[in-house]
Amino acid sequence: MTSSRLPKGGRIDRSKTVRFTFDGKAYSGHPGDTLASALLASGITLFGRSFKYHRPRGVFAAGSDEPNALVTVLSGDVREPNVRATELEIHDGLVTESQNRFPSLEHDFMAINQLAGPLFSAGFYYKTFMGPAIGPLRSTKFWMFCEKFIRRAAGLGKAGIAADPDHYERVNAFCDVLVVGTGPAGLIAAEAAAETGARVIIAEERPVAGGSLLASAEIIDGRNAAVWAREKAAALAGRPNVRFLTRTSVWGYYDGNVLTAIEHLSDYKPNRTKGQARQRHWVIRTGKTILATGAFERPIVFPGNDCPGVMLADAVRRYAVEYGVAPGNNVTLFTNNDSAYEAARAMAQAGVNIAAIVDVRLDVSGACSEIATAIGAELVLGHAVTGTHAGKTLSSITVQHFNAVTGHVSGTPREIKTDCLGVSGGWSPAIHLASQAGGKPEWDEDLQAFLPPEPNQNWVTAGSSAGYMDTVSVFSDGATKGSSSKAKAKLPSVDAPMFDPSPAPVFEIEPAVKSQKAFVDFQHDVTADDIRLAYREGFHSVEHLKRYTTLGMATDQGKTSNIPGLAIMADVRGITIPEAGTTRFRPPFTPVSFGAIAGERYGDLRPHRLTPMHDWHLANSAKTYEAGLWHRPMIYGSHGETVEQAYVREARAVRQSVGIVDVSTLGKIDIQGPDAAEFLDRVYTNMFSTLPVGKARYGLMLREDGIVFDDGTTWRLSETQFLMTTTTANAGNVMQHMEFYLDCVWPDLRVHLTSVTDVWAGTAISGPNARAVLEACVTGTKVDNATLPFMGIVYGSIGDIPVMICRLSFSGELAYEVYCGAGFGTQVWEALLEAGKTYDIMPYGLEALGTLRIEKGHVTGAEIDGRTTAHDLHLDWMLSKKKPYIGSGMKDRAGLTDENRLSLVGLISLDNQSINGGSHIVSDAAPREPADSFGHVTAACYSPALGKYIALALVKHGTSMIGNRAFATDLLRGKHCPVEIVSHHMFDPEGSRMHG
Amino acid sequence: MIIKCPYCGPRDVIEFTYQGDATRQRPDPASSDQIAWNAYVYDRANPMGSHREFWLHSGGCRQHLIVTRDMATHVISSVGFARDTTGTAKSGDRP
Ligand SMILES: [Zn+2]
Repeated sequence: MTSSRLPKGGRIDRSKTVRFTFDGKAYSGHPGDTLASALLASGITLFGRSFKYHRPRGVFAAGSDEPNALVTVLSGDVREPNVRATELEIHDGLVTESQNRFPSLEHDFMAINQLAGPLFSAGFYYKTFMGPAIGPLRSTKFWMFCEKFIRRAAGLGKAGIAADPDHYERVNAFCDVLVVGTGPAGLIAAEAAAETGARVIIAEERPVAGGSLLASAEIIDGRNAAVWAREKAAALAGRPNVRFLTRTSVWGYYDGNVLTAIEHLSDYKPNRTKGQARQRHWVIRTGKTILATGAFERPIVFPGNDCPGVMLADAVRRYAVEYGVAPGNNVTLFTNNDSAYEAARAMAQAGVNIAAIVDVRLDVSGACSEIATAIGAELVLGHAVTGTHAGKTLSSITVQHFNAVTGHVSGTPREIKTDCLGVSGGWSPAIHLASQAGGKPEWDEDLQAFLPPEPNQNWVTAGSSAGYMDTVSVFSDGATKGSSSKAKAKLPSVDAPMFDPSPAPVFEIEPAVKSQKAFVDFQHDVTADDIRLAYREGFHSVEHLKRYTTLGMATDQGKTSNIPGLAIMADVRGITIPEAGTTRFRPPFTPVSFGAIAGERYGDLRPHRLTPMHDWHLANSAKTYEAGLWHRPMIYGSHGETVEQAYVREARAVRQSVGIVDVSTLGKIDIQGPDAAEFLDRVYTNMFSTLPVGKARYGLMLREDGIVFDDGTTWRLSETQFLMTTTTANAGNVMQHMEFYLDCVWPDLRVHLTSVTDVWAGTAISGPNARAVLEACVTGTKVDNATLPFMGIVYGSIGDIPVMICRLSFSGELAYEVYCGAGFGTQVWEALLEAGKTYDIMPYGLEALGTLRIEKGHVTGAEIDGRTTAHDLHLDWMLSKKKPYIGSGMKDRAGLTDENRLSLVGLISLDNQSINGGSHIVSDAAPREPADSFGHVTAACYSPALGKYIALALVKHGTSMIGNRAFATDLLRGKHCPVEIVSHHMFDPEGSRMHG
Repeated sequence: MIIKCPYCGPRDVIEFTYQGDATRQRPDPASSDQIAWNAYVYDRANPMGSHREFWLHSGGCRQHLIVTRDMATHVISSVGFARDTTGTAKSGDRP
């Protein structure tokens, strides 16, 4: 193949030159060229090496169906692999390289794989590497050894590791009618839809509208077809109710008439405007979809069909007509249908020399033979191509007599000199999006192709994607599908020869003696013999066949290989193609970059939840960490302390005098209604209907399966109103849990839930002097033991800010929670600090909070881990026997009452070393791997109250293990610590301090 | 997928939280029938065809809906508030 730029023609701008590189060499083309057309015009025929055998491959198609000519686009450190050269618009400075070759495209070491052909046949990986390890060469270990060599030998482009510097946009769009494709059907359908006043979005994957009209020799309304299309598209784009998107590939069809598309905004431009996105991801919700996606020409499979120079006939036509490139000086065509003759007519008009047309049929229509005569091409009827001769590119083909009915090849081979062979095996409607939408495609015997399934949503297919293969009926179908309007639109007149759309049912030429491989799937190097081999080995279903041979599973999703593959499968099984089945297409229609799907949504998108006192914490040297979405003070670390020194100082201050901690993050749910108390009785394991107004109670919730879900205190504010607090982490889950029961299980309960977490600021004040501090600043109420007993609630003011105070304790000290409106949080916090100055009041963070609760053996999320029961946590005293509640039905089932379960204990370090959280409890005195673990540490700290390193742990037979010694082992961090197992109530087990 | 919330109107599925099979029957709360509880908590129907499911409009009105959906085609044939459809035959839940 010695291709060259034709002296005239094409929609390229010959007045301008575009410079780019391919494999380090400089080339030029014109605006409007794709990489494929520009390289073909420069005489380049070798575009890449094939997937398994590293065979030389040229460009095969002219659009999104291209299986061979995949390149990597380089931009600085960024590599975009597997870009179709047939769709890549060239621009100044474009840098591209070929793929899967080593060290270079021309000299490829791995081409030796061709000699090892049988090694890489269907199922090679399965046979060699899977299954039991019998002998040294059959095992997963062998695979691991071979993998790095095979990965280099077989594959597509290499992905880069540099971060993508581009940015992407995402947009939601809504319309009445979405038209996909702007060939003759799409343009007419869009016009008909737009006439009705509907909001129309038109999406065209190519840079210009027109589809098949762009390479047509037809005359429409007296004008060149491409000119007609351009004018029609411009008129449509000018309508106020039409949005016309080019370079926009609709790639997914989802339920509810939601379609996704990628619009290329700037990746085809040499200089991008600063800030301009590279691609835009469209999510289009449409009332009706018109799929005018056209049809894909399919190849005929024959020996030697993969050498550079063999192309689809329509691709040859498009390079000639659209780009002014002759893909060969001496083109031949090989066909089983009439469309190749119309292609030949267009090619000849564009200036391409056509030597011969080889047709498998014995007879062709008058229209066909007239064309052959007119363009001076030899008509070789009743013949088929049975071989090719090529060095780096095609030099001649071999043809032989062929019986299109029996498939029998006979006679003396004849050689025809040619440097480009255009093949047409008929046309397959592009049913990909329709198939994604759902339903089973239907086989059409006349077209020898699958037609779109019956619509299951509001969509239609129009034009050749619906099986109408000539422009006249495509226009008529497009107008009908575009609008149900009774007014008959005047259809454009078409001046073109009439052809028969039915191909001869010939998919493969299989001579008795084959000296060359016949490829079905070029991108995955699957041959016709691979399919037959798969059948012999028992892979009969098309889905198995696909997976075993990888047919149609490459990035092109088998756009050119599906039908020939099915046909060969049907043939070996002796059944029809529709009996052999089809495969369902899945998104994406063409590959989509991750960046486009992510759009602007990358990086840390989580909201940051800050308490009202957050700024105060930061200003007072708090070190914060994230607890879920919340930022909470860990310690108030100054004084050059370690974290441990800081929390020990803070916790000690609480036990000795008084401290305050920000508890605004606790989940707070306002529960109101006549049945609120009844509702809580069902939600909590313990009784709340008996709780007096003005008192709070600690409550425990189970899941329906009997496992502990959450705990917290709930305050009765009136007969019909409660304020529930939940753990910080579980606030959302508890809300949703209760909403579910109210909506779906007990809709008869008159209860309303409102999340008020952000409404209240909360401060806990704890320590022997806590009451004294409140007495110094709270007005409007007494806070003495009689007025505000344990679990009591009072209302008062601090300064002029109304506060609600509940006496409850997480630290085990005399303690209160002071709630005020969120906007006053810092004022109340500072007022408490001021009032506490006399007592050296100490703000404390989560580490000290944790220390105080570990000393007391109070549980949190570390112990309520979704696996523990109330019994495991020694909370069975909270399980009411007087009423059922969520989880009561299942809490006693066998697995949850097993005596071997882990239960909560305390641990005391015996070597005065810290115990690591997550350590396993073992009996071995020395670290050993593996060790028999019988429990694990859930939380650990240094206890200033006990003067020891302590921990909470879940241990098998926990309670009966108390008094025993064991070891807390952390093999990851190399820590092995002797511990004594003690009661989880490690400090003030009688609770005398908080009741004081 | 678009769910037509009876309160908010047609909204994208991204606004909703799936809340499971709406055909299972919660045993009497006081029941200790482990087989019945087991079926309620763990067994989920997954029919090829029409199915009733709970969906929470978590990004909208926060109402639980009962959606009747074809599991093969995702076609939604009806949507209603769970409160309206689960209300009866539950009074026995009161202990
Ligand atoms: Zn809603």
